[in-house]
Amino acid sequence: MKEAVKCEGLSKTFKRKEKVVALDNVSFTIPKNEVFGIVGPNGSGKSTLIRILSTLLIPDNGYAQIFGHDVVREYSKVRPLINRVSVDAAFFKGISAWENLRYAGRLYGLGSKETKQKTLDILGQLGFDEKRYYEPLENLSRGMQQKIAIARAFFTAPMLLLLDEPTTGLDPRSKMEVQEFVHRAMDSNGLTIVLTTHDMKEAESLCDRVAIIIKGRFVALEKPSTLLKKSGKSNLEEVFIDITGKEWKEIEYES
Amino acid sequence: MNLKAQAYGSIAFIERNFALIKRYIGWEVVFLTYNIVNALAIGLIGARMGKDMVLYLVVGAMVWGFLSILFHEISESIAWERWEGTIEYTFMAPINRFTHLIGNCLHAVTYGVIRSTLILVLVVLFFGISLKGANLPALVIILIVSGLSFVGLGLIAAVLPLLSTEKGAYATHIFEAVLLLVSGVYYEIEVLPVWIRPLSYISPATYTLRAMRAALLQGTGLGELLPTIVLLLVTGSILIPLGIIVFRQAEFYAKKTGKLKRSG
Repeated sequence: MKEAVKCEGLSKTFKRKEKVVALDNVSFTIPKNEVFGIVGPNGSGKSTLIRILSTLLIPDNGYAQIFGHDVVREYSKVRPLINRVSVDAAFFKGISAWENLRYAGRLYGLGSKETKQKTLDILGQLGFDEKRYYEPLENLSRGMQQKIAIARAFFTAPMLLLLDEPTTGLDPRSKMEVQEFVHRAMDSNGLTIVLTTHDMKEAESLCDRVAIIIKGRFVALEKPSTLLKKSGKSNLEEVFIDITGKEWKEIEYES
Repeated sequence: MNLKAQAYGSIAFIERNFALIKRYIGWEVVFLTYNIVNALAIGLIGARMGKDMVLYLVVGAMVWGFLSILFHEISESIAWERWEGTIEYTFMAPINRFTHLIGNCLHAVTYGVIRSTLILVLVVLFFGISLKGANLPALVIILIVSGLSFVGLGLIAAVLPLLSTEKGAYATHIFEAVLLLVSGVYYEIEVLPVWIRPLSYISPATYTLRAMRAALLQGTGLGELLPTIVLLLVTGSILIPLGIIVFRQAEFYAKKTGKLKRSG
């Protein structure tokens, strides 16, 4: 199996007060060991796509496969292969990082000793102070909580990592530490990453290929260098304006 | 995942829920104090009517305390996950739903037994009640088999906060309150209006309370209680799988409609 991810004709509409088309006939494949970036404004469908790949959302049409397994019909085969970091570090905030991670480890069949060893190793690489490991999460900053979320995703050794805006809202230092960690993780054997972000520079530096998503549709999918070369622009933000004819912030406002 | 991994999965929920209890220990003291005072106050209502009446009322308070802990803890554990947004991480983990739900049930049973035992000991000491004539083994058996039914009801109720965090929590409390009214917790169901009694007959708590009182007040033997025990066992063995099936259906619906997301 060469492909880590294969999506064909994925569509998802939410029935709220008005119908919201979150994904509109999206198709792509991601080979193993690739860092695949998805950039787009708020509400463009990035998180919906991540949720479908995470087996948390069922598409209306089309299919998604992870290492050859359908995310809806074969979810039990998909789940041991994946993990995820979302923009909001969802934890039991009243208990410590250690208690939250021990809980996560057990869900993946890991004992407490192994969990502690692995998570402290990752957190050390992320510049997290070990003393804070035993404090309730509600006492920790947003950056620290996000580092724990990253440790939670990495220590279960997934083959596919879904990073949904992992650096949004982080202070510059935490952002850099997280990006450096992802950079190092990219060299790990067998790891494929899907990274959604608002940050064009982040996409440019971390991703092998980048898809631009607007209102649920992929409007471009290339290597960052190819996108720059084809458009003759100097950065991805200019490429985005070139493709959509709109400023980044303008699109965010419309969404 | 293998059996060992699934066992680890079940332990995860027990450990996590006890960690949360430890974190909010102040509230535990408040709830426990309230439960003890409530049991004592209800027992005192019957003080002038003799020891049997005290025991009759105290049994109601205790059994209801135990069953409502089971019911409440199971549905609350799902509600809590929804509030914190961790439910998505639990649902995408490689454990099956049975493991997830049974883990929560095991925690609820352990927690319920600890709290109820503590209350029983204090109430017995306070009123100087003698349990000499009581059939205590029968009491334990009834408590266990009735627990199965309430675990099943708790699983069904857990669907409500899964689909709607806030409204689900309201509905769960209303459901619990109706059970309290119809199950003869502090009175015989014959005092209820006739139109409401059909609900009493389908509530497993009605049979639990009758059997518990018979074992405790009259020392009724296991042979005589056997039909009730079998009835509760059958109810539990229907309600638990039913609860898991209903929960799985609700999970599918939530994934189809995007309701697992914390906001939006």
